[in-house]
Formats: sequence, structure tokens, C-alpha cells
Amino acid sequence: MPAIDFGDTAFILMSAALVLFMTPGLALFYGGLVRSKNVLSTTMHSFFAMGIISVIWAVVGYTIAFGGSDGPLGAFIGSFEHVGLAGVVGDVTGTIPTPVFAMFQGMFAIITAALITGAFAERIKFSAYAIFIALWSILVYSPLAHWVWGGGWLMQRGALDFAGGTVVHIASAAAALAGAVVVGKRKGYGTANFQPHNLPMTVLGAGILWFGWFGFNAGSALAANELAGTAFMATHLSASAAMLSWLALEKYQHGKATTLGAASGAVAGLVGITPAAGFVGPMAAIAIGLVTGALCFFGISLKNRFGFDDSLDVVGIHGVGGTVGALLTGVFATVAVNEAGANGLLAGNASLMLEQLIGVVATIAFSFVISFGLFKAIDVVIGLRPEEAEEEIGLDQSEHAETGYVL
Amino acid sequence: MKKIEAIIKPHRLEDVKDALNKLGVAGLTAYEVKGYGRQKGHTEVYRGAEYTVDFRPKVKIEVVVDDDLAKQVEDAIIETARTGKIGDGKIFTYDCEAAVRIRTGERGPEAL
Repeated sequence: MPAIDFGDTAFILMSAALVLFMTPGLALFYGGLVRSKNVLSTTMHSFFAMGIISVIWAVVGYTIAFGGSDGPLGAFIGSFEHVGLAGVVGDVTGTIPTPVFAMFQGMFAIITAALITGAFAERIKFSAYAIFIALWSILVYSPLAHWVWGGGWLMQRGALDFAGGTVVHIASAAAALAGAVVVGKRKGYGTANFQPHNLPMTVLGAGILWFGWFGFNAGSALAANELAGTAFMATHLSASAAMLSWLALEKYQHGKATTLGAASGAVAGLVGITPAAGFVGPMAAIAIGLVTGALCFFGISLKNRFGFDDSLDVVGIHGVGGTVGALLTGVFATVAVNEAGANGLLAGNASLMLEQLIGVVATIAFSFVISFGLFKAIDVVIGLRPEEAEEEIGLDQSEHAETGYVL
Repeated sequence: MKKIEAIIKPHRLEDVKDALNKLGVAGLTAYEVKGYGRQKGHTEVYRGAEYTVDFRPKVKIEVVVDDDLAKQVEDAIIETARTGKIGDGKIFTYDCEAAVRIRTGERGPEAL
């Protein structure tokens, strides 16, 4: 058995906790953007994922993602030797104990499921949501994690995804698009006032996401080493640059730079750098941030052009940002930063671009098709939406019998 | 006795209160309210989505004073709440039939 490195272990334990903290951060980010009558139901969408996805991950998620790739289906799902986390205790992955690795990866499964919820906020039954994310995590997230990180077919082809641009952001955005389409628009869409009810909460949430993202990206080095430092630097610079490009465009188009724009731009930059963080240098990271921030600024208007109600812009930010990041990884990646990576377009290798594109298209198709089917099936069996009157009084009262703010 | 209600710009509240204090007005009630007059609403933009906010935040104050103080109170409010820009608000004055101090049972101007 390889030796455990104490520094690496300590760092990944802390990184796992940081990634977990992103989910309550997301609850604040999303919670502030909805109307006050839905603040708790929106918060619950994220917070509940910490409960259900963790248990699912332990029972079957981990083994589907990180079980062996030797069997006939090995390119697509892991084998089932780790059902119930069997054989994990006492084992070592790389230089860290496998329980640490399994928990670190489990935190990614939680935040990915929670990201989807921005698309159908303010109008889905809690029971329908609970069933959806449980099945989605098993049928979509875990197989995708196997494709990209667990020895599956995308990993074998050589696609680069350092911390989850495809697995986390593109996958959740494709599911979000399916959700927005099948669940349908919020009551009053186009006429009612959907103004965010608490932007300070949203900005605090964005700050927590930024903070947690250091665990997400730097931790994806799976060691406390130079690569982790490189990923940390790239992550931070991309978020900063994306905030600037978003705000510049906003100022130009609407006349004012907004706090919501600053928060949205930073998150877009974090999404964009996620696949690239361990493969690019600092100036490439700034370029990725500037481009992602700008394209996501335009990305959030896609929903108006195509007429779907992606309430909190999961497609516009995570879908566009994840796709742009994955493709720009194919442009800026260089083995000068990470020998285990690959050279991209700028380093004279055009073929990586093709692999990145295949990864993006396969992820969108796989996640969208299965998510669409899941939403349709749940709608037929138990129904996705509350009664109109229940939606009108707000999901906090109708779904949870609670009120967010008592005056 | 007169009851004077005034709808004013929220940031003028402190000055109005100080001016009424100086006149010897013993008590004042203030509410945060929303409404519109000739000023109408304004537009806010969130991630590119424009929302017209029809109701603007205002503060409504209520005081009850002796008849002979009413004119001075109105003047003091006009002087302190006025910015000269649209949206400075309005003052409404009514006759007040009765006033009771609950603790002692005093009635009329004594209760103010």
C-alpha cells in the first residue's frame, strides 16, 4: 500500500469542508434572488441536497463514479465493489486515505445537484424535487464523474477537466434547462414582478462560493503541492477578471454597475476556470475570466430569446460558463504548467480542442436527455407543480408550513 | 385638537422630528410606507431584466396637537421636509375628536 502523506491528507480534509460550505453559500446566493415568499423553499433545495446526496453517495454514488473500470460497462460506470463504501476504510488513494478522497468527491456530488435548483425555483413541489435529485445523482452525476475522473471513456480519450467544468457545471446546467422546460414558467412570468428580495444575502452567498471554490479547484490537485497552488492562483484571478468584464459590459449597456452583476460575474469566472485551473498559467486565467464573464453576461439573455424561465440563470452562467471554460482549456492548457495535462491550441496542439468539444457535447446530451425523461416521469406519477393557489401564496407556506421573515 | 399626517422623504425624518420637538410636540408616530404621487415609480435592472417599481418608499408621520399649534407644525414640516424636488410629499390635517392617555385616563389636550 502506498504511503499516506500527512500534509496532503490535512489539505484535502480542509478542502472537502470548503466544498461542502459552498452549498449553504449557494442557498444564500439563490435564496436572495427569489421573492421573500419562496426564500425558505429555495434555501431548502440546496440544504436538503447535503442530506440526501450524501447518503446516496455512500450507498451507490461513489462506486458508480470511482469503482473499477475493468468490466464490460467500465467505460461508462464503475463496478459495484464499493457499494456502501465497502473496502474504503483502510484503503489509500494516491497519498491520502480513501475515506478522505470519497468524502471530498461526495461534496462535489452535493453542490452539483444543488446548482440545478435555480432553474425551477419558486414553482416545484418539494417531494418531486427530492425524487428528482436523488435519481439524477445516481443516473447522471455518478456516471459522468466516472467518465471524466473515474477512468471512463472521456478520461481515456484525454479530455481535460481539472475540477468539474463538464461534470459539475455543464451537467447541472443541462439538467436545469430540462427542468425549466418541463416544469414550465412561473405563474405571472412576463407580467409579475420577480425582483430579487435580498441582494445582500446573494452577495454574501457569492462570497462564500468564491471562498469554497479554493477547496473545489485547489483541492482537485488531491495534494498540498505546487499544482494546488497554481490552481488556487488561477481560480482567484479568473473570478476577479470575470467580475470586471461583467461590470464593464453592464455599465456600458445599462448605465450602472450593479452588486448583482459583480456577484454574478465572479461566479461566472469561477465556473469558467474550473476545468482549466490546474492546466493554465496566471495570465491565461485572467483571459479565461474576462472572456467567461463577458459571454455569461450575454448568456443570461438566452432564456428570453428562447422563451424558457430559467429563474436564476443556471444555463446562462453555469452552462455558458462551463462550456466556455472547457473550450478555453483546449486553447490555453500547457504542459509547462502541469506535466500530467496536455498542450492546447496556443501550445500548438489543436487536437485537444476536439476532445474538449466531445466532452462538452456528450455531457450536455447525456444530462439533458436523462433529466428530461426524469422530469416527465415524475410529472406523470406525482406531478411536478403545486396548485396555482399554492404557488401564489408561496412555497414556504404551501410546501413547508413556514415563513422566512416574521415581523 | 388636530391630527396631522405627513408623507415625507425617508431621509428627512430626523430633521422633521427635531423641528417638531423644538415646537414642543410631545409624541410622534412614524411608519415606513410605499406609495406614489406625481413622482411615479422608477426602473431597476437585475441581470438585464427591467422592473418598474411603481411604489416608492416613503415615511408617514402622525402627530396630534392642540389646535393653536397645528399651523406651526405644518410650517415646520414644510420647512424641514422640503428639498424642492419632485416627491417631497404631502400634509393632511384632520379634526381629532378625542385623546386618552391609557395609563392615567386623562382626556383631551392633557393626554397629548
